[in-house]
Amino acid sequence: MRELDFGYMLELFPILLRYLPLTLEMAGAGMVLALVLACLLAVIRVLKLPGLNALTLLFISFFRGTPLLVQLFLFYYGLPQLLAFLTQINGVTATIMGLTLHFSAYMAESIRAAIVGVDRSQTEAALSIGMTNAQLMRRIVLPQATRIAVPTLMNYFIDMIKATSLAFTLGVTELMGATQKEAAGSFLYFEAFITVAILYWGIVELLAWAQRRLESRLGEAYRR
Amino acid sequence: MIELEGLIKRFGDTTVLDGIDLEIQEGEIIVVIGPSGTGKSTLLRCMNFLERPDAGRLRIGDLDLDVTRARKAEILALRRRTAFVFQNYALFANKTALENIAEGLIVVNRWPRAKAHSRAHEILERIGLAEKANAYPASLSGGQQQRIGIGRAMAAQADVILFDEPTSSLDPEWVEEVLGLMKQLARERQTMLVVTHEMGFARDVADRVIFMDGGRIVEQDVPSRLFTQPRDERTRDFLRKVLANQAASLGPEGSHSRGEPDNGQDSIKETP
Ligand SMILES: Nc1ncnc2c1ncn2[C@@H]1O[C@H](COP(=O)(O)OP(=O)(O)OP(=O)(O)O)[C@@H](O)[C@H]1O
Ligand SMILES: [Mg+2]
Repeated sequence: MRELDFGYMLELFPILLRYLPLTLEMAGAGMVLALVLACLLAVIRVLKLPGLNALTLLFISFFRGTPLLVQLFLFYYGLPQLLAFLTQINGVTATIMGLTLHFSAYMAESIRAAIVGVDRSQTEAALSIGMTNAQLMRRIVLPQATRIAVPTLMNYFIDMIKATSLAFTLGVTELMGATQKEAAGSFLYFEAFITVAILYWGIVELLAWAQRRLESRLGEAYRR
Repeated sequence: MIELEGLIKRFGDTTVLDGIDLEIQEGEIIVVIGPSGTGKSTLLRCMNFLERPDAGRLRIGDLDLDVTRARKAEILALRRRTAFVFQNYALFANKTALENIAEGLIVVNRWPRAKAHSRAHEILERIGLAEKANAYPASLSGGQQQRIGIGRAMAAQADVILFDEPTSSLDPEWVEEVLGLMKQLARERQTMLVVTHEMGFARDVADRVIFMDGGRIVEQDVPSRLFTQPRDERTRDFLRKVLANQAASLGPEGSHSRGEPDNGQDSIKETP
């Protein structure tokens, strides 16, 4: 038994904080790209576009059916052996790519469910006054689908922030990688990892708070 | 003037509309009645292409469509000339009362927002809901929602408003306010085609009542004649059942027009 070294934890905190931007950058970029891709996949699924629909199903099945870590290794270590132009790919890019593809598969399904969840009669009402499909999607369906999808999408974003820690297995010195290095120098593993855990926890709680505020704003139209 | 010619609609093997011919004059108020499943809703839905008819011609003003060959632009043009009032209101849940009415003007007619909103305000005044301009549908009663549904149709300035059982989803307490608004539109000679089971409304307001059965128009006439001297056996059967139902649901007083004074003419004889 030894006592917790609080002093070390306090020292470590500002050091780790310097790596937070990289973590958030990877998660942010991954989220934006995953959202765009997921919307595309969801629309293909909703409209059941011939051919593309089957491909989309295969894509979703693969990226939901295999571990994120396996996918990351596949992109970083595996693919460059087949595709020469990928040799310059760095760990950060590979991570963003992996997060994007992996999470877009999950998000596509929740976006699809949200679009389908908007009352069909509103679509008919929009058509009946002469709106085009694009107009009614943009002005009627998507705003309501957003509200339905926001809670699950925020959960995926939170998951994605935590998943960026896997980047350290690709040699990226982000929050987790930095902690690992610090711990290896000081041998104070518990202090190092509990500090980084608290840091992740704090970010997630902050996001959960933002999520509640966003949901209550989006819910304004539906209060009786 | 609006003209349907040989309109046919099938769902799979079943023919739901079996050659509908219909002429509607400007300012005419037509009520469509008939048993469940005879294609009344389908007829209305085909008239603004919520369902695509399988054959026939549709003429509205200068628009003349062979329905099998209708192109996208023509379908949009047709929809601008017809407005729809839905049984379940179908208001845009993410828009306020005002925005529900202004939406089509902004998006379809490309009016500037301020102009669209001021028109929407005028309409809210006319339907008696000015103070609800900023309320969302979820906070309104069924009757208020349906009046906004009608307001949205009024805003479209369509050649005809198609009503599909506008009062059937309403709690009884709200029916009268919606029928009242429809009567107001009728007085302003808004062309309307109304599917309803409200026989009192048909008798008081319609210029013509159409009885449909099995995807066809069985007979049509002014309400005074159709209700008192129906020619076809099916019409007689239907009227007997409906009127017996309405009499039963209205209780011993037996007033079939929900408390409105009976004008003594054209009155529908309650069947014994
Ligand atoms: N989308 C659809 N697919 C298949 N069949 C349909 C569809 N819509 C309607 N039908 C069928 O077409 C027939 C006519 O339906 P419609 O809704 O037009 O009748 P209706 O006269 O409006 O009846 P109600 O008084 O019950 O509203 C019914 O048998 C119905 O089951
Ligand atoms: Mg119907």
